[in-house]
Amino acid sequence: MAKALKNYFVPKTVQEACSMLSAHRGEARVIAGGTDLLRQIKCGEVLPEYVINVAAIPDQDYITYDKTSGLRIGAQATAGSIASSPPVREHFAVLASAAGRLGSPHIRRRATIAGNLCNASPSAELYPPLMVLGASLKIIRAGGERDVAVDRFAVAPGQTVLQPDEIVAEVRIPPAPARSAGAYLTQRVRKGEDIAMVSVAVLVTMDGDVMSDLKIALGAVAPTAIRAPAAEATLRGRKFSEDLLGKAGQAAAAEAQPIDDVRASAEYRRKMVAVLVARAVMQAMEQVKSG
Amino acid sequence: MGEQVEVTLTVNGDAHEVRVSAGETLADVLREKLGLTGTKVMCDEGECGSCTVLVNGTPVLSCLTLAVECQGKDILTVEGLADPQTGKLHPLQQTFVQHSGMQCGTCTPGMLLTAKALLDSNASPAENEVREALSGNLCRCGNYKRIVQCVMAAADMMKGATRN
Repeated sequence: MAKALKNYFVPKTVQEACSMLSAHRGEARVIAGGTDLLRQIKCGEVLPEYVINVAAIPDQDYITYDKTSGLRIGAQATAGSIASSPPVREHFAVLASAAGRLGSPHIRRRATIAGNLCNASPSAELYPPLMVLGASLKIIRAGGERDVAVDRFAVAPGQTVLQPDEIVAEVRIPPAPARSAGAYLTQRVRKGEDIAMVSVAVLVTMDGDVMSDLKIALGAVAPTAIRAPAAEATLRGRKFSEDLLGKAGQAAAAEAQPIDDVRASAEYRRKMVAVLVARAVMQAMEQVKSG
Repeated sequence: MGEQVEVTLTVNGDAHEVRVSAGETLADVLREKLGLTGTKVMCDEGECGSCTVLVNGTPVLSCLTLAVECQGKDILTVEGLADPQTGKLHPLQQTFVQHSGMQCGTCTPGMLLTAKALLDSNASPAENEVREALSGNLCRCGNYKRIVQCVMAAADMMKGATRN
Protein backbone atom coordinates (compact mmCIF):
# COMPACT_ATOMS: atom_id res chain seq x y z
CA MET A 1 0.00 0.00 0.00
CA ALA A 2 2.96 2.33 0.50
CA LYS A 3 3.29 2.44 -3.28
CA ALA A 4 -0.37 3.31 -3.74
CA LEU A 5 -0.07 6.44 -1.61
CA LYS A 6 2.94 7.90 -3.41
CA ASN A 7 1.11 11.17 -4.03
CA TYR A 8 -0.49 12.07 -0.75
CA PHE A 9 -1.79 15.53 0.03
CA VAL A 10 -3.23 17.05 3.17
CA PRO A 11 -5.15 20.24 2.30
CA LYS A 12 -5.89 22.72 5.07
CA THR A 13 -9.06 24.16 3.56
CA VAL A 14 -11.95 22.91 1.47
CA GLN A 15 -10.93 25.31 -1.33
CA GLU A 16 -7.46 23.77 -1.36
CA ALA A 17 -8.99 20.30 -1.57
CA CYS A 18 -11.15 21.40 -4.52
CA SER A 19 -8.14 22.88 -6.34
CA MET A 20 -6.24 19.63 -5.88
CA LEU A 21 -9.20 17.64 -7.18
CA SER A 22 -9.42 19.95 -10.20
CA ALA A 23 -5.71 19.71 -10.90
CA HIS A 24 -5.67 15.90 -10.78
CA ARG A 25 -9.06 15.41 -12.33
CA GLY A 26 -10.09 11.79 -12.43
CA GLU A 27 -6.95 10.45 -10.78
CA ALA A 28 -7.50 11.63 -7.23
CA ARG A 29 -9.53 10.16 -4.40
CA VAL A 30 -10.58 11.89 -1.21
CA ILE A 31 -10.00 10.14 2.11
CA ALA A 32 -11.29 11.13 5.56
CA GLY A 33 -11.94 8.28 8.00
CA GLY A 34 -10.54 5.78 5.50
CA THR A 35 -12.76 2.92 6.67
CA ASP A 36 -13.79 2.14 3.09
CA LEU A 37 -11.08 3.64 0.88
CA LEU A 38 -8.03 2.49 2.87
CA ARG A 39 -9.43 -1.01 2.99
CA GLN A 40 -10.01 -0.94 -0.78
CA ILE A 41 -6.49 0.32 -1.44
CA LYS A 42 -4.99 -2.36 0.80
CA CYS A 43 -6.98 -5.07 -0.97
CA GLY A 44 -5.88 -3.71 -4.34
CA GLU A 45 -9.45 -2.89 -5.44
CA VAL A 46 -8.63 0.78 -5.96
CA LEU A 47 -5.26 2.35 -6.85
CA PRO A 48 -5.61 6.12 -6.96
CA GLU A 49 -2.68 8.12 -8.30
CA TYR A 50 -3.36 10.89 -5.81
CA VAL A 51 -4.89 10.65 -2.37
CA ILE A 52 -6.24 13.78 -0.77
CA ASN A 53 -6.72 13.49 2.98
CA VAL A 54 -9.31 16.03 4.09
CA ALA A 55 -9.27 15.00 7.75
CA ALA A 56 -7.03 17.94 8.67
CA ILE A 57 -9.55 20.54 7.45
CA PRO A 58 -11.13 21.98 10.59
CA ASP A 59 -14.84 22.32 11.35
CA GLN A 60 -16.15 19.72 8.92
CA ASP A 61 -17.88 17.53 11.50
CA TYR A 62 -20.62 19.79 12.83
CA ILE A 63 -24.22 18.74 13.49
CA THR A 64 -26.47 21.77 13.87
CA TYR A 65 -30.22 21.87 14.29
CA ASP A 66 -32.70 24.67 13.90
CA LYS A 67 -36.42 23.98 14.15
CA THR A 68 -37.23 26.12 11.11
CA SER A 69 -34.48 25.06 8.74
CA GLY A 70 -33.78 21.55 10.03
CA LEU A 71 -30.50 19.68 10.34
CA ARG A 72 -27.13 20.49 8.77
CA ILE A 73 -24.47 17.81 9.03
CA GLY A 74 -20.87 18.48 8.02
CA ALA A 75 -19.36 16.02 5.56
CA GLN A 76 -16.96 14.63 8.14
CA ALA A 77 -19.45 14.09 10.96
CA THR A 78 -18.90 10.49 12.02
CA ALA A 79 -21.57 7.83 12.20
CA GLY A 80 -20.93 7.66 15.94
CA SER A 81 -21.45 11.37 16.48
CA ILE A 82 -24.67 11.25 14.42
CA ALA A 83 -25.94 8.26 16.39
CA SER A 84 -25.37 9.98 19.73
CA SER A 85 -26.30 13.55 18.76
CA PRO A 86 -29.21 14.80 20.92
CA PRO A 87 -31.00 16.74 18.14
CA VAL A 88 -30.68 13.80 15.74
CA ARG A 89 -31.99 11.36 18.34
CA GLU A 90 -34.88 13.61 19.23
CA HIS A 91 -36.00 14.89 15.83
CA PHE A 92 -34.56 12.42 13.28
CA ALA A 93 -34.39 9.20 15.28
CA VAL A 94 -34.51 7.02 12.16
CA LEU A 95 -31.12 8.46 11.13
CA ALA A 96 -29.63 8.00 14.61
CA SER A 97 -30.78 4.35 14.62
CA ALA A 98 -29.17 3.59 11.28
CA ALA A 99 -25.94 5.43 12.11
CA GLY A 100 -25.73 3.42 15.33
CA ARG A 101 -25.71 0.16 13.37
CA LEU A 102 -22.97 1.08 10.91
CA GLY A 103 -20.01 -1.29 11.23
CA SER A 104 -18.59 -1.53 14.72
CA PRO A 105 -17.96 0.98 17.52
CA HIS A 106 -14.40 1.43 16.20
CA ILE A 107 -15.62 2.05 12.66
CA ARG A 108 -18.35 4.43 13.83
CA ARG A 109 -15.72 6.67 15.39
CA ARG A 110 -14.07 7.18 12.00
CA ALA A 111 -16.64 6.56 9.26
CA THR A 112 -18.04 9.82 7.92
CA ILE A 113 -21.46 10.58 6.48
CA ALA A 114 -19.93 11.82 3.21
CA GLY A 115 -17.76 8.72 2.97
CA ASN A 116 -20.70 6.37 3.44
CA LEU A 117 -22.68 8.21 0.75
CA CYS A 118 -19.78 8.53 -1.72
CA ASN A 119 -18.72 4.90 -1.31
CA ALA A 120 -22.29 4.05 -2.34
CA SER A 121 -22.39 0.43 -1.31
CA PRO A 122 -25.81 -1.09 -2.09
CA SER A 123 -26.11 -1.72 1.67
CA ALA A 124 -24.79 1.69 2.79
CA GLU A 125 -26.47 2.31 6.13
CA LEU A 126 -27.21 5.98 5.82
CA TYR A 127 -29.05 6.05 2.50
CA PRO A 128 -32.43 4.63 3.60
CA PRO A 129 -32.97 7.02 6.55
CA LEU A 130 -31.68 10.02 4.60
CA MET A 131 -34.00 9.16 1.72
CA VAL A 132 -37.14 9.02 3.85
CA LEU A 133 -36.10 12.25 5.56
CA GLY A 134 -35.81 14.03 2.19
CA ALA A 135 -32.12 14.86 2.64
CA SER A 136 -29.95 16.64 0.10
CA LEU A 137 -26.20 16.96 -0.36
CA LYS A 138 -24.37 20.24 -0.85
CA ILE A 139 -21.60 19.55 -3.34
CA ILE A 140 -18.83 22.00 -4.12
CA ARG A 141 -16.00 22.37 -6.58
CA ALA A 142 -13.58 25.16 -7.36
CA GLY A 143 -15.88 27.96 -8.55
CA GLY A 144 -19.30 26.53 -7.90
CA GLU A 145 -21.69 24.45 -5.91
CA ARG A 146 -24.88 22.48 -6.40
CA ASP A 147 -27.44 20.58 -4.36
CA VAL A 148 -28.37 16.99 -5.11
CA ALA A 149 -31.23 15.09 -3.46
CA VAL A 150 -29.93 11.98 -1.75
CA ASP A 151 -32.43 9.92 -3.82
CA ARG A 152 -30.47 10.92 -6.93
CA PHE A 153 -26.94 10.68 -5.60
CA ALA A 154 -26.05 6.99 -5.99
CA VAL A 155 -26.54 5.55 -9.48
CA ALA A 156 -24.90 2.10 -9.27
CA PRO A 157 -22.88 0.12 -6.73
CA GLY A 158 -19.90 2.31 -5.88
CA GLN A 159 -20.95 5.06 -8.27
CA THR A 160 -22.48 8.44 -7.59
CA VAL A 161 -23.15 11.57 -9.62
CA LEU A 162 -20.18 13.25 -7.93
CA GLN A 163 -17.84 14.62 -10.62
CA PRO A 164 -14.07 14.02 -10.26
CA ASP A 165 -13.46 17.64 -9.22
CA GLU A 166 -16.27 17.81 -6.68
CA ILE A 167 -16.48 17.16 -2.97
CA VAL A 168 -19.45 16.70 -0.65
CA ALA A 169 -19.54 19.54 1.86
CA GLU A 170 -22.72 19.03 3.84
CA VAL A 171 -25.91 17.01 4.19
CA ARG A 172 -29.13 18.91 4.85
CA ILE A 173 -32.35 17.53 6.22
CA PRO A 174 -35.54 19.62 6.34
CA PRO A 175 -37.56 19.64 9.56
CA ALA A 176 -39.70 16.53 9.94
CA PRO A 177 -43.45 17.11 9.45
CA ALA A 178 -45.64 17.42 12.53
CA ARG A 179 -47.25 14.15 13.66
CA SER A 180 -44.58 12.08 11.97
CA ALA A 181 -42.20 9.40 13.18
CA GLY A 182 -39.65 7.14 11.56
CA ALA A 183 -38.42 3.61 12.10
CA TYR A 184 -35.37 1.71 10.93
CA LEU A 185 -35.14 -2.08 10.94
CA THR A 186 -32.57 -4.45 9.52
CA GLN A 187 -31.99 -8.13 9.14
CA ARG A 188 -28.42 -9.26 9.67
CA VAL A 189 -26.56 -12.52 10.12
CA ARG A 190 -25.02 -11.30 13.40
CA LYS A 191 -26.37 -9.03 16.11
CA GLY A 192 -23.11 -7.15 16.29
CA GLU A 193 -20.79 -6.00 13.57
CA ASP A 194 -22.25 -6.98 10.21
CA ILE A 195 -23.54 -5.61 6.96
CA ALA A 196 -27.32 -5.73 6.60
CA MET A 197 -28.89 -8.23 4.22
CA VAL A 198 -32.03 -6.09 4.21
CA SER A 199 -32.57 -2.67 5.68
CA VAL A 200 -35.77 -0.66 5.81
CA ALA A 201 -36.41 2.94 6.80
CA VAL A 202 -39.87 4.48 6.94
CA LEU A 203 -41.33 7.88 7.78
CA VAL A 204 -45.01 7.91 8.68
CA THR A 205 -47.14 11.06 8.96
CA MET A 206 -50.59 10.70 10.49
CA ASP A 207 -53.69 12.89 10.29
CA GLY A 208 -56.03 11.24 12.78
CA ASP A 209 -56.46 7.68 11.55
CA VAL A 210 -55.38 8.56 8.05
CA MET A 211 -51.79 8.06 7.00
CA SER A 212 -51.34 11.40 5.29
CA ASP A 213 -47.84 10.52 4.11
CA LEU A 214 -45.63 7.47 4.00
CA LYS A 215 -42.07 7.17 2.79
CA ILE A 216 -40.31 3.83 2.53
CA ALA A 217 -36.67 3.23 1.57
CA LEU A 218 -35.00 -0.14 1.16
CA GLY A 219 -31.28 -0.89 1.47
CA ALA A 220 -29.18 -3.89 0.43
CA VAL A 221 -31.88 -5.22 -1.92
CA ALA A 222 -31.05 -3.35 -5.13
CA PRO A 223 -27.94 -1.91 -6.82
CA THR A 224 -28.55 1.24 -4.77
CA ALA A 225 -30.88 2.06 -1.90
CA ILE A 226 -34.34 2.63 -3.38
CA ARG A 227 -37.66 4.13 -2.47
CA ALA A 228 -40.71 1.88 -2.73
CA PRO A 229 -43.33 4.12 -4.38
CA ALA A 230 -45.91 1.40 -5.02
CA ALA A 231 -45.76 0.35 -1.38
CA GLU A 232 -46.05 3.97 -0.29
CA ALA A 233 -49.11 4.51 -2.50
CA THR A 234 -50.86 1.52 -0.90
CA LEU A 235 -51.24 3.38 2.36
CA ARG A 236 -50.70 7.07 1.58
CA GLY A 237 -53.86 9.10 2.12
CA ARG A 238 -55.72 6.02 3.36
CA LYS A 239 -57.08 5.04 6.72
CA PHE A 240 -54.75 2.47 8.24
CA SER A 241 -55.78 -1.19 8.23
CA GLU A 242 -53.88 -4.45 8.75
CA ASP A 243 -54.95 -5.56 5.31
CA LEU A 244 -53.46 -2.47 3.65
CA LEU A 245 -50.31 -2.89 5.75
CA GLY A 246 -49.88 -6.41 4.44
CA LYS A 247 -50.39 -5.17 0.88
CA ALA A 248 -47.78 -2.46 1.41
CA GLY A 249 -45.27 -5.05 2.59
CA GLN A 250 -45.96 -7.23 -0.44
CA ALA A 251 -45.69 -4.27 -2.78
CA ALA A 252 -42.32 -3.31 -1.29
CA ALA A 253 -41.11 -6.91 -1.70
CA ALA A 254 -42.07 -6.79 -5.36
CA GLU A 255 -40.22 -3.49 -5.85
CA ALA A 256 -37.01 -4.86 -4.34
CA GLN A 257 -34.37 -6.23 -6.72
CA PRO A 258 -32.32 -8.45 -4.39
CA ILE A 259 -29.53 -10.81 -5.38
CA ASP A 260 -28.23 -14.05 -3.91
CA ASP A 261 -24.99 -13.53 -2.04
CA VAL A 262 -23.03 -14.83 0.96
CA ARG A 263 -25.43 -13.26 3.41
CA ALA A 264 -28.78 -14.38 2.08
CA SER A 265 -30.73 -15.56 -0.94
CA ALA A 266 -32.75 -13.16 -3.03
CA GLU A 267 -35.90 -15.07 -2.08
CA TYR A 268 -35.28 -14.67 1.65
CA ARG A 269 -34.48 -11.00 1.23
CA ARG A 270 -37.74 -10.42 -0.59
CA LYS A 271 -39.67 -12.12 2.19
CA MET A 272 -37.86 -10.08 4.83
CA VAL A 273 -38.61 -6.83 2.97
CA ALA A 274 -42.33 -7.57 3.34
CA VAL A 275 -41.94 -8.41 7.04
CA LEU A 276 -39.70 -5.48 7.94
CA VAL A 277 -41.70 -2.88 6.01
CA ALA A 278 -44.90 -3.92 7.79
CA ARG A 279 -43.14 -3.97 11.15
CA ALA A 280 -41.44 -0.62 10.61
CA VAL A 281 -44.67 1.09 9.53
CA MET A 282 -46.45 -0.27 12.64
CA GLN A 283 -43.61 0.85 14.87
CA ALA A 284 -43.56 4.34 13.40
CA MET A 285 -47.34 4.65 13.64
CA GLU A 286 -47.32 3.61 17.32
CA GLN A 287 -44.69 6.24 17.91
CA VAL A 288 -46.79 8.99 16.30
CA LYS A 289 -49.81 7.98 18.40
CA SER A 290 -47.85 7.95 21.65
CA GLY A 291 -45.70 10.99 20.86
CA MET B 1 8.18 3.36 -2.52
CA GLY B 2 6.90 6.90 -2.08
CA GLU B 3 8.43 9.84 -0.33
CA GLN B 4 9.43 9.24 3.26
CA VAL B 5 8.74 11.74 6.00
CA GLU B 6 9.94 12.01 9.58
CA VAL B 7 7.24 11.66 12.17
CA THR B 8 7.41 11.59 15.93
CA LEU B 9 5.17 8.94 17.41
CA THR B 10 4.60 8.99 21.14
CA VAL B 11 3.96 5.40 22.12
CA ASN B 12 3.39 4.36 25.73
CA GLY B 13 4.89 7.65 26.86
CA ASP B 14 8.06 7.40 24.78
CA ALA B 15 8.74 9.60 21.75
CA HIS B 16 10.03 7.73 18.69
CA GLU B 17 11.31 9.42 15.55
CA VAL B 18 10.60 7.26 12.55
CA ARG B 19 10.81 7.64 8.80
CA VAL B 20 7.55 6.51 7.23
CA SER B 21 5.92 6.77 3.85
CA ALA B 22 2.37 8.05 3.54
CA GLY B 23 0.98 4.59 2.90
CA GLU B 24 2.30 2.92 6.03
CA THR B 25 -0.35 2.07 8.58
CA LEU B 26 0.12 2.63 12.28
CA ALA B 27 -0.05 -1.15 12.74
CA ASP B 28 2.84 -1.67 10.30
CA VAL B 29 4.98 0.99 11.93
CA LEU B 30 4.33 -0.21 15.49
CA ARG B 31 5.17 -3.80 14.61
CA GLU B 32 7.87 -3.49 11.96
CA LYS B 33 9.64 -0.27 12.81
CA LEU B 34 9.20 -0.05 16.57
CA GLY B 35 9.28 -3.77 17.28
CA LEU B 36 6.07 -3.58 19.31
CA THR B 37 4.43 -6.78 18.16
CA GLY B 38 1.84 -6.84 20.93
CA THR B 39 -0.55 -5.19 18.47
CA LYS B 40 -1.85 -7.97 16.23
CA VAL B 41 -2.82 -7.81 12.58
CA MET B 42 -5.40 -10.44 11.72
CA CYS B 43 -7.91 -9.39 9.05
CA ASP B 44 -5.98 -6.25 8.08
CA GLU B 45 -9.28 -4.80 6.85
CA GLY B 46 -10.71 -3.12 9.92
CA GLU B 47 -13.28 -5.79 10.73
CA CYS B 48 -11.80 -7.91 13.52
CA GLY B 49 -10.47 -5.30 15.97
CA SER B 50 -7.28 -7.26 16.78
CA CYS B 51 -5.18 -4.27 15.76
CA THR B 52 -6.91 -1.91 18.21
CA VAL B 53 -4.69 0.60 19.98
CA LEU B 54 -5.67 3.73 21.89
CA VAL B 55 -4.93 7.08 20.26
CA ASN B 56 -5.54 9.95 22.69
CA GLY B 57 -7.54 7.47 24.76
CA THR B 58 -9.85 6.38 21.94
CA PRO B 59 -9.82 2.86 20.45
CA VAL B 60 -8.67 2.99 16.86
CA LEU B 61 -8.14 0.31 14.20
CA SER B 62 -4.41 0.69 13.63
CA CYS B 63 -4.55 -1.32 10.38
CA LEU B 64 -6.78 1.40 8.90
CA THR B 65 -4.91 4.36 10.40
CA LEU B 66 -2.05 6.03 8.58
CA ALA B 67 1.07 6.48 10.73
CA VAL B 68 1.50 10.01 9.39
CA GLU B 69 -1.84 10.98 10.92
CA CYS B 70 -0.60 10.07 14.42
CA GLN B 71 2.00 12.81 14.73
CA GLY B 72 1.50 14.60 18.04
CA LYS B 73 -0.96 12.07 19.45
CA ASP B 74 -0.59 9.77 22.45
CA ILE B 75 -0.62 6.14 21.45
CA LEU B 76 -1.16 3.34 23.93
CA THR B 77 -0.45 -0.26 22.97
CA VAL B 78 -0.82 -3.40 25.07
CA GLU B 79 2.85 -3.10 26.00
CA GLY B 80 1.99 0.10 27.81
CA LEU B 81 -0.81 -1.26 29.97
CA ALA B 82 1.23 -2.49 32.92
CA ASP B 83 2.70 0.03 35.33
CA PRO B 84 6.02 1.16 33.77
CA GLN B 85 7.71 1.53 37.16
CA THR B 86 6.60 -1.57 39.02
CA GLY B 87 5.55 -3.82 36.15
CA LYS B 88 2.29 -4.48 37.96
CA LEU B 89 -0.38 -5.64 35.53
CA HIS B 90 -3.40 -3.45 34.81
CA PRO B 91 -6.56 -4.81 36.52
CA LEU B 92 -7.84 -5.92 33.09
CA GLN B 93 -4.67 -7.92 32.50
CA GLN B 94 -4.99 -9.42 35.98
CA THR B 95 -8.56 -10.57 35.49
CA PHE B 96 -7.79 -11.93 32.01
CA VAL B 97 -5.05 -14.06 33.60
CA GLN B 98 -7.15 -15.09 36.60
CA HIS B 99 -10.38 -15.85 34.74
CA SER B 100 -9.11 -17.33 31.44
CA GLY B 101 -9.77 -14.31 29.26
CA MET B 102 -7.33 -15.64 26.65
CA GLN B 103 -7.09 -18.74 24.51
CA CYS B 104 -4.94 -18.19 21.42
CA GLY B 105 -4.35 -14.58 22.45
CA THR B 106 -4.80 -12.92 19.05
CA CYS B 107 -7.81 -10.83 20.05
CA THR B 108 -6.49 -10.13 23.54
CA PRO B 109 -4.51 -6.91 23.08
CA GLY B 110 -7.42 -5.38 21.15
CA MET B 111 -9.92 -6.56 23.77
CA LEU B 112 -7.81 -5.19 26.63
CA LEU B 113 -7.39 -1.75 25.10
CA THR B 114 -11.01 -1.41 23.97
CA ALA B 115 -12.13 -2.49 27.44
CA LYS B 116 -9.74 -0.04 29.08
CA ALA B 117 -11.23 2.82 27.07
CA LEU B 118 -14.70 1.69 28.14
CA LEU B 119 -13.83 1.51 31.84
CA ASP B 120 -12.02 4.84 31.70
CA SER B 121 -15.24 6.51 30.55
CA ASN B 122 -17.80 4.26 32.29
CA ALA B 123 -16.60 2.78 35.57
CA SER B 124 -19.73 0.64 36.10
CA PRO B 125 -20.83 -0.71 32.76
CA ALA B 126 -23.73 -3.14 32.53
CA GLU B 127 -22.95 -6.42 30.82
CA ASN B 128 -24.76 -5.39 27.62
CA GLU B 129 -22.70 -2.19 27.56
CA VAL B 130 -19.51 -4.25 27.71
CA ARG B 131 -20.75 -6.45 24.87
CA GLU B 132 -21.68 -3.42 22.80
CA ALA B 133 -18.32 -1.74 23.38
CA LEU B 134 -16.49 -4.94 22.38
CA SER B 135 -18.76 -5.69 19.41
CA GLY B 136 -15.99 -4.65 17.02
CA ASN B 137 -13.51 -7.10 18.55
CA LEU B 138 -13.85 -10.62 17.18
CA CYS B 139 -12.52 -13.63 19.10
CA ARG B 140 -11.77 -16.56 16.81
CA CYS B 141 -11.74 -18.91 19.80
CA GLY B 142 -15.25 -17.92 20.83
CA ASN B 143 -14.16 -16.89 24.34
CA TYR B 144 -16.62 -13.98 24.51
CA LYS B 145 -18.43 -15.03 27.67
CA ARG B 146 -15.23 -15.19 29.71
CA ILE B 147 -13.90 -11.99 28.19
CA VAL B 148 -17.03 -10.13 29.29
CA GLN B 149 -16.74 -11.65 32.78
CA CYS B 150 -13.11 -10.52 32.97
CA VAL B 151 -14.05 -6.95 32.03
CA MET B 152 -16.84 -6.88 34.65
CA ALA B 153 -14.43 -8.26 37.27
CA ALA B 154 -11.81 -5.66 36.36
CA ALA B 155 -14.42 -2.92 36.72
CA ASP B 156 -15.14 -4.14 40.26
CA MET B 157 -11.43 -4.28 41.02
CA MET B 158 -10.89 -0.73 39.76
CA LYS B 159 -13.80 0.59 41.78
CA GLY B 160 -12.49 -1.18 44.87
CA ALA B 161 -9.07 0.38 44.36
CA THR B 162 -10.44 3.92 44.12
CA ARG B 163 -12.57 3.37 47.23
CA ASN B 164 -9.44 2.37 49.15
